[in-house]
Amino acid sequence: MNMGDHLLSWILFTPLLGMVVVLAVPSSNKYLVRWVANLAALASFLVSLQLVLRFDTHAAGFQFVERASWIASLGVNYSIGVDGISYLLVILTTALTLLSVLASWSEVEERLPAYYAMLLLLETGILGVFLSLDFFLFYVFWEAVLVPMYFLIGIWGGERRLYAALKFFLYTMTGSVLMLIGILILYFAHANQFGVRTFEIADLMRVQLPIAAERTVFWLLFLGFAVKVPMFPFHTWLPDAHTEAPTAGSVMLAGVLLKMGTYGFLRISLPLLPNASQDWGIVCILAVLSLIAILYGALVSLMQKDWKKLVAYSSVSHMGFITLGIFSLNVKGLTGAVIQQINHGISTGLLFLLVGIIYERRHTREIAEFGGVAHRMPNYAVVFAIAMLSSAGLPLLNGFVGEFTILQGAFEVNPWWAALAVPGIVLGAAYLLWLYQRTMLGELTNEKNRQLLDLNLREWAVVLPLVAAAFWIGIYPKPLFEIVEKPVAQIMDRLHRTELHQKEVQP
Amino acid sequence: MHSLWLIPIFPLVGFLINGMLGRRFSKTVINTVAVGSVVLSFLWVLKALSALAPLNETYVEHYFTWISSGTLDIGFDFAIDRLTMVMLLVVTGIGSLIHVYATGYMAHEGGYYRFFAYLNLFMFFMLTLVLAANYVLLFVGWEGVGLCSYLLIGFYFLKKSASDAGKKAFIVNRIGDFGFSLAMFLIVISFGTLDFQKVFAKASTISPEVQYGSITTICLLLLVGAIGKSAQIPLYVWLPDAMEGPTPVSALIHAATMVTAGVYMIARSATLFERAPIAMDVVAYIGLATAVMAATIGLVQNDIKKVYAYSTVSQLGYMFLGCGVGAFSAGIWHVVTHAFFKALLFLGAGSVIHACAGEQDMQKMGGLMKKIPITFAVLFIAAMAIAGVPPLSGHYSKDAILMAAHARAPWMYWVGVVTAGMTAFYVFRSIFLTFFGEYRGKAHPHESPAVMWVPLAVLAVLSLIGGYAFNIPEFLSPVLPMHGGVHDESLATIATAAGLAGILLAAICYLFVPSIPGALASAFAPIYQTLYDKYYVDELYNVSIVKPIANGSREILWKGADVGVFDALVNGAGTTSMALGGLLRKMQSGNLRTYASWVLIGILLVMGGFAVYGGAK
Repeated sequence: MNMGDHLLSWILFTPLLGMVVVLAVPSSNKYLVRWVANLAALASFLVSLQLVLRFDTHAAGFQFVERASWIASLGVNYSIGVDGISYLLVILTTALTLLSVLASWSEVEERLPAYYAMLLLLETGILGVFLSLDFFLFYVFWEAVLVPMYFLIGIWGGERRLYAALKFFLYTMTGSVLMLIGILILYFAHANQFGVRTFEIADLMRVQLPIAAERTVFWLLFLGFAVKVPMFPFHTWLPDAHTEAPTAGSVMLAGVLLKMGTYGFLRISLPLLPNASQDWGIVCILAVLSLIAILYGALVSLMQKDWKKLVAYSSVSHMGFITLGIFSLNVKGLTGAVIQQINHGISTGLLFLLVGIIYERRHTREIAEFGGVAHRMPNYAVVFAIAMLSSAGLPLLNGFVGEFTILQGAFEVNPWWAALAVPGIVLGAAYLLWLYQRTMLGELTNEKNRQLLDLNLREWAVVLPLVAAAFWIGIYPKPLFEIVEKPVAQIMDRLHRTELHQKEVQP
Repeated sequence: MHSLWLIPIFPLVGFLINGMLGRRFSKTVINTVAVGSVVLSFLWVLKALSALAPLNETYVEHYFTWISSGTLDIGFDFAIDRLTMVMLLVVTGIGSLIHVYATGYMAHEGGYYRFFAYLNLFMFFMLTLVLAANYVLLFVGWEGVGLCSYLLIGFYFLKKSASDAGKKAFIVNRIGDFGFSLAMFLIVISFGTLDFQKVFAKASTISPEVQYGSITTICLLLLVGAIGKSAQIPLYVWLPDAMEGPTPVSALIHAATMVTAGVYMIARSATLFERAPIAMDVVAYIGLATAVMAATIGLVQNDIKKVYAYSTVSQLGYMFLGCGVGAFSAGIWHVVTHAFFKALLFLGAGSVIHACAGEQDMQKMGGLMKKIPITFAVLFIAAMAIAGVPPLSGHYSKDAILMAAHARAPWMYWVGVVTAGMTAFYVFRSIFLTFFGEYRGKAHPHESPAVMWVPLAVLAVLSLIGGYAFNIPEFLSPVLPMHGGVHDESLATIATAAGLAGILLAAICYLFVPSIPGALASAFAPIYQTLYDKYYVDELYNVSIVKPIANGSREILWKGADVGVFDALVNGAGTTSMALGGLLRKMQSGNLRTYASWVLIGILLVMGGFAVYGGAK
């Protein structure tokens, strides 16, 4: 099989192929369905690994670009490519999908083919968002992600799944409709200014808008992205969606779906709207919203009684660090933000997988139902401790590297940003250690926990890769920094070259 | 290359072996791995030092780049100078002794392999901390020892008080790290690097007389970190609770090594602090205040480990005082001698507790002198050392600090002298209550095995001669500038006399006229009770910080703002779209093909809409 010139298309559509195969398997043979789904996810992952072998870290710009006309009359192209930022997210997506599919082995029993089909469809959708170089294509994939996620929550979710699914759908739908308006403004502006209809992001960069218009477009796109991240105060869909989703859904949601929002800022907002992005007023608003998210998310986490909801709120806090890094608009902030996207996927993905493992055994997420679990599940307790420390930003684990770089970047813009963000790390230690104490430590008091079994082989296979990644990034993150260097330099270049209304961000 | 990396790697390997396989090992294997790895790193330290002697210049080893972004370039680099050398010897030397002791002390405890795995992991991080060639790597060790402290304090995790104490230690330390982190960010801005040598080289081009604002800020922020780690006011509250951990842990981590990391960090940054006189003063004031406050609490505690815990807080205050008045090397000297005698006090206390079947209340001890004579002898030596009796180790380092304090401001010296008196009093009170009089408990006290008392004997010798034999300030003079204080015989005599007076007073109160303490306690009941209850600081923090954060988060932020406002707004908007919701529900017929077709229709509609709209244009 020669994937030579269409590597990205292969990456993009292998999950879709897998989905077709899974749907073709007779649903009565659950065992076979599971195997096929796992193999499909594995195949997608292996295909994406080609990127690891062939991606050129030192090349600037997009690689493996494929371009074909799709709707010629509108200037819509099937145009995909990958740079350092999307490269990392692509690998994260295929890896987390594989682990999510594997983690679902014994959790889901109902409508199996459909369930796996939705997960694989979701994978293609997310990959499409990260790979698109055409704004229309980007939007199609953006919307396409919504549908499988809606069904994953709504059909295979917890007790309040319908409420959560609907909330998720309406919330993000509203955001994306506003985003669409923003896209169209750019599209027509380009058509007017250059007489060419195109959705190519690279071309749209040429558009010159009056600053007021640029700001409007910025806020429209912002609403689309901010809901996804989610940034405060657009976050209230997240605790419900995360809590009600099946484990795989939560992992995908936290691990990669949220990154669509921050990716949007990096890929679209900053390069396409450099003046608005550097508008000091806008920057301040976004930094303040990020700081509120960091502290508010952490404080609300602290008091949660539901294990999964606690992790969900912690995501709000952690994503706040990423947006803070992005809107520091300097090399350190951006680099840290890109790396932290990956780190958050690893740490929070791991935490959700671990919650799923215990939920499958006990069918409850009430923290008060647990305590002393470490007696029965010593290995689980160790892995959980590693996940917790990675999330709390302990050095030599992944979270620290990104957070430190982000905060250094933020500090250089305004020391108060860092000073207000760091307490989020202190609180992070507090809510995680308290969770750990209440669930893992102490006497085993609840009789129902006496029968708990420790990690089985399949569960080890699910958690170990993430644990290994956490240590690897924590100890030797150099390859990541190298991958991120070029694309970040490009964003910085784009921001600096903007002559119009150039306003250097000053401390 | 002298392969400095091997020094921390030995215990790391020990941790990995015991941590992963220890459950299946016999105790002999666990002991060999745990003790062997630490002894190996002690030997490697000796080898490296003999190869590097006389170490007049800093020797650096670069391994690999860790974090690099923009101007930021942080390496995994180790460096060794005379200050590092002193710390390395203390950490690996005392570490080895305590590991040996622990094999006896923990012999009958559950989770044996886990304990030694954690202890080795601690050694790894502590050695990384002192070997680090830049602030971030120091921070790695700094956070790592904090983690191990958390794990070991909460070692008896069945007990809620133990896991509470571990959690408290970690979080309070993280509050200190808040300052440390900000200090690092500011150092990068001011000096463009976090590498010790480069930072100090750049800083030393600024004359000490010039007030330099950001250096002062950097130092104050570093100090916040040091206050957390070294248990100074107002962040000392975690250390007394940390005594929930097994006693060898108290000796190694919470007396001899980890808690002195703050002092080490300040001494390491001496070049910066010297250019920040305001920060220096704050260091001195905090140190002095902590020394006094903790000593007063120590006067009335009945739990033997609590007495020594407050004593540690108080002695750390002395070290801060030393650094704050510019006598960094005197501060480090006290780190060294304190490591000898305080490790000895804790391990001796452990031996006492061991003998009394786990009893820690001194009121239920007494008369143990004949039953556990070796323990008595070594504890007596340790007590004399901390009381500053010449020519024992504590005498020298405490004197050096007090002299420097006098040179800075005589009143600091006098407060220090009074504290020295109190120190002698509370430590001898513990000796008299434990070893003299009649046995008041119900256990059958017995002497500890040789594996426990041999390390005690070694430490006793060090406590005896450690001050006279190791003139740390002289040794450190190439790295750490000498202070201005001159040795003054009369001042030294006064300090020594204060110590002796403390001992005498304790003897009167607890040997000759035992009715005095009770009478005093009832005569000054409010004061006694306040001291006994540690000035109610924990209660104060609880009411003013912990509770408001907890309740505020739950009632105002979560239930109020999140659910009550933001979510309600969305749901309000949602009610309007209930019609839409109803529609969606109808679409959910449960048939997969229906879903799939809806998905398809949706995507087609979007595309079609575009085609029509765009085509019309």
